[in-house]
Parts: sequence; structure tokens; C-alpha cells
Amino acid sequence: MATLLVIAEHERGQLKLATEAAIAFARQVIAVEGGTFHILVAGEEIGRVVERLQGHGATSILTAENPALKDPLAERLAPVIAQAARSLQAGLIVAASTTFSKDILPRAAALLDAGMASDVIAVVPDPSGTRFKRVLHAGNVIALLRLEGSIRCVTVRSGAFATPERNAAPSAVAPLAMDYQSLPGSSTFVSREERPSGRPDATEARIVVSGGRALKDSGDFERLVGGLADTLGAAVGSSRALVDSGITPNSLQIGQTGKVVAPELYIAVGISGAIQHMAGMKDTKIIVAINKDPDAPIFEVADYGLVADVYQAVPEMIGKLSKR
Amino acid sequence: MKILVPIKRVPDSDTRIRVKSDGSGIVTDGVKFSVNPFDAIAVEQALRLKESGAATEVVLVSLGNEECVESLRVGLAMGADRAVLVRVDTALDSLGVAKLLAGLYRREQPGFVLMGKQAIDDDSNQAGQMLAGLLGIGQATFVSKLDLIEGGTRARCGRETDAGIEIVEVQLPAVITTDLRLNEPRYVSLPGIMKAKKKPVEELPAAELASDITPRTQILSFEAPAGRKAGVKVRSVDELIDRLKNEAKVL
Ligand SMILES: Cc1cc2nc3c(=O)[nH]c(=O)nc-3n(C[C@H](O)[C@H](O)[C@H](O)COP(=O)(O)OP(=O)(O)OC[C@H]3O[C@@H](n4cnc5c(N)ncnc54)[C@H](O)[C@@H]3O)c2cc1C
Repeated sequence: MATLLVIAEHERGQLKLATEAAIAFARQVIAVEGGTFHILVAGEEIGRVVERLQGHGATSILTAENPALKDPLAERLAPVIAQAARSLQAGLIVAASTTFSKDILPRAAALLDAGMASDVIAVVPDPSGTRFKRVLHAGNVIALLRLEGSIRCVTVRSGAFATPERNAAPSAVAPLAMDYQSLPGSSTFVSREERPSGRPDATEARIVVSGGRALKDSGDFERLVGGLADTLGAAVGSSRALVDSGITPNSLQIGQTGKVVAPELYIAVGISGAIQHMAGMKDTKIIVAINKDPDAPIFEVADYGLVADVYQAVPEMIGKLSKR
Repeated sequence: MKILVPIKRVPDSDTRIRVKSDGSGIVTDGVKFSVNPFDAIAVEQALRLKESGAATEVVLVSLGNEECVESLRVGLAMGADRAVLVRVDTALDSLGVAKLLAGLYRREQPGFVLMGKQAIDDDSNQAGQMLAGLLGIGQATFVSKLDLIEGGTRARCGRETDAGIEIVEVQLPAVITTDLRLNEPRYVSLPGIMKAKKKPVEELPAAELASDITPRTQILSFEAPAGRKAGVKVRSVDELIDRLKNEAKVL
């Protein structure tokens, strides 16, 4: 029997949907090992987030609501997670694979002397202890592993765990007993760049239109990639090449060291298809590539390839699709 | 101020990784190994801090067998002052790495630790955060802008997060992990390589730094992911839209 602790992630009072992958993972583990799961929501003004987590079937929703947790600082959140895990005697802590969790969960694992697996994509039942699969080497290798010890930590890829249904009875909401005064104060949060557009986040969208080095400046990116995305109600993404040259913000980078997406449709506009980029999108259902080089590696993974100049093909697509 | 920079030897980012047919590991025959790109960025940043007078010494550390000395020499050739090889002949997980680095940190007492946010082989992105947790010091992860402020007692860092750049300030000592856009590492020069040969590389047994480094993460086997097959090339925008609507049904 396992007791799992799911770490909820939220931003500006809204639950991040990636959290649902962690909940789906928790339910899969419980289906194998038996047991229960709890959800920890830490921050300031978290009422709406707690509300949104009802119906998932958690035994309890633990709240750590305090001004000390206003900003997502690892040195404060990690001890809160460790405290919650201890108080529940949790054997497994899970969060979504996002920069938020990647920052805090390993620190919490160290406080608990726990082993950790990042980017888990599957739960594999085994009599000698549940096993997990995770990706490494820029998505070129999948490892089957077991975490030893009385407490285990995991982050999960959101595309790998389907959104769970929300039809369970309400969970009890209980505050975590925690001495917030004791939290360290060596880091301070200064500011965060505002999200650049009203478009959806690439990790949460059904369609992602992504641009590469073919786009010469941010005006062209906005007109072609942004324009096509808006026509389709899609999110935008980009290769590292455009982030490096300052054409797109880092929050758009898809790949081994950026976001990992698995939408229904990914349209790669002038992207060559380097392994580091493909690590972030090759679990997409349908990949479309538009590239003028017929030998670009992206065509090796694309379901539909169009050999064309993006400066001609994309405006034509926008024109034809907006007429629908 | 001394900066401690851990570096890992990994398959070069340009190599195509293949899994051994028996699933016991990846094929390493004929594979070129390099310094983990994020670690090279950390070395570069440490050197720039030294060159600007903000730091006085750059100390490298690698955990593993004698093959890691090759990677340490690359960092020394870039300009680092000295290096430590912590001799480990068994598999390590991130927690084991963090425990060994914590042991070395206590011996070296650096002003801060600057390290890659992830190694491009395991892609775990854990060791720096674990190290900061074990030491009970601050952390700034995924850093693409770094300035020492207030007489070098604090660092002002731009962090790359999913939502965009976040600015945090952290009291030193701290663990700072690097993202790709922090800088572009210099190439090693021939004189640099010559000098590096004379720079000290101290060897330490792992047991002197940490008592229990048995991996909690036990890898049982490796496999290649299901490959995608190339689809069709369409002739026109019209055909593309038609197929997306009527064949793939995603529009
Ligand atoms: C450690 C490490 C981590 C990395 N992480 C990432 C990551 O997370 N994400 C990522 O994306 N990259 C990452 N990279 C970089 C990656 O290796 C590639 O350099 C990058 O993805 C290339 O971007 P690109 O495809 O836009 O550019 P290029 O490779 O330059 O490709 C541009 C493509 O556009 C085509 N093109 C040009 N003009 C036109 C036109 N007018 N019409 C049509 N097609 C045109 C060209 O034929 C070419 O195929 C990483 C690299 C390293 C070493």
C-alpha cells in the first residue's frame, strides 16, 4: 500500500494543467500498489486552486498557505514538501515535469534522502516493486528503473499520462502543520517577465505551430508563425536557434532543454529537425514539416511534409484556412 | 573568491545514441565524448568572473574513473586553475553525485558552486538542486544571466522558466546552475592545452567525501523508443490542408 503526495503547480491563482498528469500517474500507481493519494497546494491565496482540485479522488488536499510562500522559491517550498511528506508518511512524491518542479523537487528529495526519477513516461507493475520508464539522451533512450528506499520522488511528462476524470467525492481540505518562520531567506524573488501573448501555452494546446531559423526576425515570426497559430487557435513554439538570436523568448523553446509537447498537431515551420529539437515534439500525433530543403531531417519524422519556402507557403495557408 | 565547477564527461551532443542490443546500456564504441555542454558554460562563466576580478580561483571537479581526467584537462585548458578527480568506479545517481559534491564543498569552502543544469546523457536535472538542499544554502537554477552584486556577496540571476525569464537574488554561497544562453564557451587554445598539462589534478577516493553513495535509482534496462516513420510529401498547400482535414482529421 502506497501513500502518494502530488505537488500541485499554479500560477496567478490558476492550477497548471500539467498537475493533472501527476494525478493520473498517482492513480496508476495506486491501481498497481494500492493505497491513497494526497495533494499539496502551497502558496499564497490558493483557494481557487484547491477548489479546482476537487473531484480527483484525493484523500486530502493539504494546504500550505502563507505569505512566505508567495513566490516560487525552492529553498522555501522544498522544506514544505518534505514536511508534508513526513506528516503523511508518504512513500512517493510526484509532480509534473516543468521548470517549477524541476527546481524544487530534487531539493525536497535531498532533504528526505530520497532517490528521484525525472521525466517518467510509464508505470510498469512488477512483483518486486513498481518500475518506471523515463527518457534520457535527448529522447533517444528509455530506461526502465526502480527507486529504492522508503520514499521515492518522480516528475512525470504530461503528454504521457491522460487527463483523469473528475467525478470523485470531494476531498477533505486540511492545513499543513508547518513553522513558516523557520524557512530560509537567502533568496529573494525580484520579478518575472510577463507572458508575451494571449496565446495558449504550448504544453497545454491541441495544436502547436513552431518556427525555426527560416524566420528572419520577430516581425516575420509573428506574421507567419503567430498568424498561422491564431488562424488555428494554436499555441506557438520555436527552435533554440530563434531563442538564441533573440527573435523568440525562451519560454517558447521546444526540445531537450526547453518544453516537451505532445499535441495532436505540430506544424514545424522552417525547422531542420535536430535531435535536441525532436526530443521535445516527437510524441506529437501528427507532425507537419514545411521546409525548403527536401533532405532536412525533420521530414524523417513528419507525417506530412511540404517542400516549400515558408515565406510563400505559410501566407497561402493562412489565407486558405481563414476563408473556411 | 573561489568558484567550484563540477564537470561531467558525456557522449558529444552530435553523436547518434544507440542502445545495445541486450539492453544493458548504450553503445560507446566509436562514440566521441565531450564535456557536458552546460558544464562548459559554467566553466566559461567562472573564468569570466575570474578575469573581471570578481573571483580568484576556478576549481574543477569530476566524479568517475581516470577517463574523466580528459574532461578536466579541457576545463584546465580553457583556463581553470586546478582540478579534483573524485574516484568512483560504480554507478552514481544524482543523489550520490550531490553527496560527493557536498563532501568536496566542505573541504574546499568555495564562494559558490556553478554547474550545468543537466547532463545531456541522463537528462535528470537534479544534482545542483540536491547539492543546495544537502548544504542548506540557496539555489538559482536554469540561469542565463548572472551578475555578482553587493561586493560579491549576492548573485542576481535571470532564470529561464516555462513562463519566461524570472529574476531572483541569492545570497552566496549558493548553487547556481547554468542554462544554454548564459554564454558561449571559448575554444581551447594550443598554449592553453600546453599549460593545462602542468596544472594539478588531485585524486580523491569517494569514501573520503561521502559514506553512502549507493544509488537509490536502479536502472534495470535500456530500450530505444518506438521510432516514427516518415510520412508522405505533399505537393501543395491545398493538398496539405485537404489531408489534415480529411485524412488525419486534425483540422
Ligand atoms: C546541449 C544542447 C541542447 C539543445 N537544446 C535544444 C532545444 O531544446 N531545442 C532546440 O530546438 N534546439 C536545441 N539545441 C540546438 C539544436 O541542436 C539545433 O541547433 C536547433 O534546433 C536548430 O534550430 P533550427 O532548426 O531552427 O535551425 P537550423 O538547423 O538552421 O534549420 C533551419 C531550417 O530552415 C530551413 N529553411 C531556411 N529558410 C527557409 C525558408 N525560407 N523556407 C523553408 N525552409 C527554410 C532550412 O532548410 C533548415 O532546415 C540544443 C543543442 C545542444 C548542443
